[in-house]
Amino acid sequence: MSAGVGVDLENLWIRFGDFVAVRDANVNINGGDFFSFLGPSGCGKTTILRAVSGFLEPSDGRVLIGGNNMKGIGPNKRPTALIFQNLALFPLMKIWENITFSMEIRGASAKERRKRADELLDMIALPGQGDKLPSELSGGQRQRVAIARALCAEPDVLLLDEPLSALDLKLRQHMRTELREIQQRVGITFIYITHDQGEALTMSDNIAVMKAGVIDQIADGKTIYNDPSTAFAASFVGENNVFRGKVKRVMGNEALIETNRSGDLVARISSANQGRMKEGEDAMMFIRPEAFTLAPEGASGDHFVTAKVNHEEFEGNAFNIFMEGEGGKELKVSIPNLGQSFEDHTGQNITLEYETNNAVCVPAGELAAE
Amino acid sequence: MPRFLKEFFTRNGVGIGSLMLGLVLFWTIGLIILPQLSMLDFSFRPNLPPPEVGGPKDVYTLENYKYLIFGPEGGGQAFNAVDLKVFFRTLVAAVCVTVFNLILCYPIAYYLAQSKGNHIRIFALMLIIPYWINEILRAFALRIIFGETGVLNTLLVGSGVFDTPFDFIRNDIALYAGLGYAYILLMIFPIYNVIESLDRNQIEAARDMGASWPMIHRRVVIPYAKPGISSGCTMVFMLSAGALAAPQILGGPSSLWFTQLIYQQFNDNSDWPQGAAYAVVLLVTCILLVLAIMRLFKVNMGDIGK
Repeated sequence: MSAGVGVDLENLWIRFGDFVAVRDANVNINGGDFFSFLGPSGCGKTTILRAVSGFLEPSDGRVLIGGNNMKGIGPNKRPTALIFQNLALFPLMKIWENITFSMEIRGASAKERRKRADELLDMIALPGQGDKLPSELSGGQRQRVAIARALCAEPDVLLLDEPLSALDLKLRQHMRTELREIQQRVGITFIYITHDQGEALTMSDNIAVMKAGVIDQIADGKTIYNDPSTAFAASFVGENNVFRGKVKRVMGNEALIETNRSGDLVARISSANQGRMKEGEDAMMFIRPEAFTLAPEGASGDHFVTAKVNHEEFEGNAFNIFMEGEGGKELKVSIPNLGQSFEDHTGQNITLEYETNNAVCVPAGELAAE
Repeated sequence: MPRFLKEFFTRNGVGIGSLMLGLVLFWTIGLIILPQLSMLDFSFRPNLPPPEVGGPKDVYTLENYKYLIFGPEGGGQAFNAVDLKVFFRTLVAAVCVTVFNLILCYPIAYYLAQSKGNHIRIFALMLIIPYWINEILRAFALRIIFGETGVLNTLLVGSGVFDTPFDFIRNDIALYAGLGYAYILLMIFPIYNVIESLDRNQIEAARDMGASWPMIHRRVVIPYAKPGISSGCTMVFMLSAGALAAPQILGGPSSLWFTQLIYQQFNDNSDWPQGAAYAVVLLVTCILLVLAIMRLFKVNMGDIGK
């Protein structure tokens, strides 16, 4: 695989009037990476994509593609291809004309274009569909045509703006695999925008988690999931239970948190915050639903949580227990269904146990909205 | 009863359904088709004084059509050069007005459709307000602008561009301006309507793939706007070929519009059959021309209603 062309954002600011859409973003995207910007809608991730594609000039800072400053270079002159959220296929052009539109612009002959279209149609597993109109294809097929159209321009960087959001769940999951495969086959840099953490985690080499114009954390999926650096990253990526409190004692890479409701609990300090959490400061501690196990009755200590069960549900692969949590939010626990018997605890107090490694604490901060 | 009629009646009830259907039929048959058929009938009859109508001399004849082509019998000319010249000049001029209007209105419509914000509403209002004034007054206003001692000439001579006033009226510039101006909205709005529904992302996608602006318009916007362009052109062409007030007021003394000939036949010569024949020729030619051009640009009749 070729090394591919990297993209760097240096001190990137984008303002619309008084509104700051992107605040001082610094990102290095390696050539050939599948890189995702993950964040809720309105966090500025599409704005970043538009700055990379050239539809938007940064207010400050630089966009570099392959080390070259892109300032003043229009979208039609950049080595990027953008796949729009609604795909934006040309409805009046046949599929093969759609796919090879970039070649038509460069003045390629119809014969050449036809040949290239057929190659690309084979690649996206739609052979012989070139003479149809976009309206005659299904959603997933149109999706693949949009990818082929973008790839036909032979871009160094492919930009994807939530291209799967219009598809139904099954197709979406299928397309994740397919996109990842295509990326590995063509070996170019993919920059992917999404609010779906499942998409980001399954496809990406690296992920930038964004909140309100600020990049909170850049890391690979595992690190973001297991070792979030902010409260937002911890609460936005995957399901998480939050415990608010104060740092009572720091013991190397672990901290004892005096929680508001559940007594003193021990947690691992996330890597980015090691050495930076001070005793007496507000902190948040996160434990994932699947990280709990049921503890024997009467157990207590700094890695046990006791609370009243509000209700329970059976999800097939797991039993979910919803318990009284903080600030009106329920504490969720998932016990994997391995065929064991499971009694109903509704209304009772139960005690849960976790391993210190599975609890991570960060300085108190803003949580992701539900 | 065909299915669509049945559905129509079940949806609206028999009472209201019949009323609506009746009104529509009265409108199309009573007010459009029957009078036109009667004109068609007129055009094939000789011009007779009232007592002889229905008499032995009242037979179908091609006399009136022959007159347009060959002129009066024994007139000494092979063709009715005067009327034919007016006829073709009217058609060519109407085509020119249409093309000129299209060139002028497409950018305006594109701009209106693609920009957002309140100023667009003000723009649209500014385009509409002149149409509150009636056609004749508007035509006279243009006369004031284009006349020999008009605003434009005062400006041009005053600023030294011309030494003597330019005769905009005799050179038909006032007429073309008047006709063009009269139908601007009919060109802008159909195009605006279509382009407004064009997904902006398509323009950006084309741009992202490296297309220049002319290319984007040629391959993306214009093909999409074709139904709007063709309904705009059809309306402007038909109406300018059939215009009467503007040529009457703004035309130079030598520039007869074919509608003026028709008007003369009906009014000055009291020769209704002759006038009807001229009108029928104009109508049929215009329709054939529009159909031919639609065929040339591959526009379907159904697209025009869009």
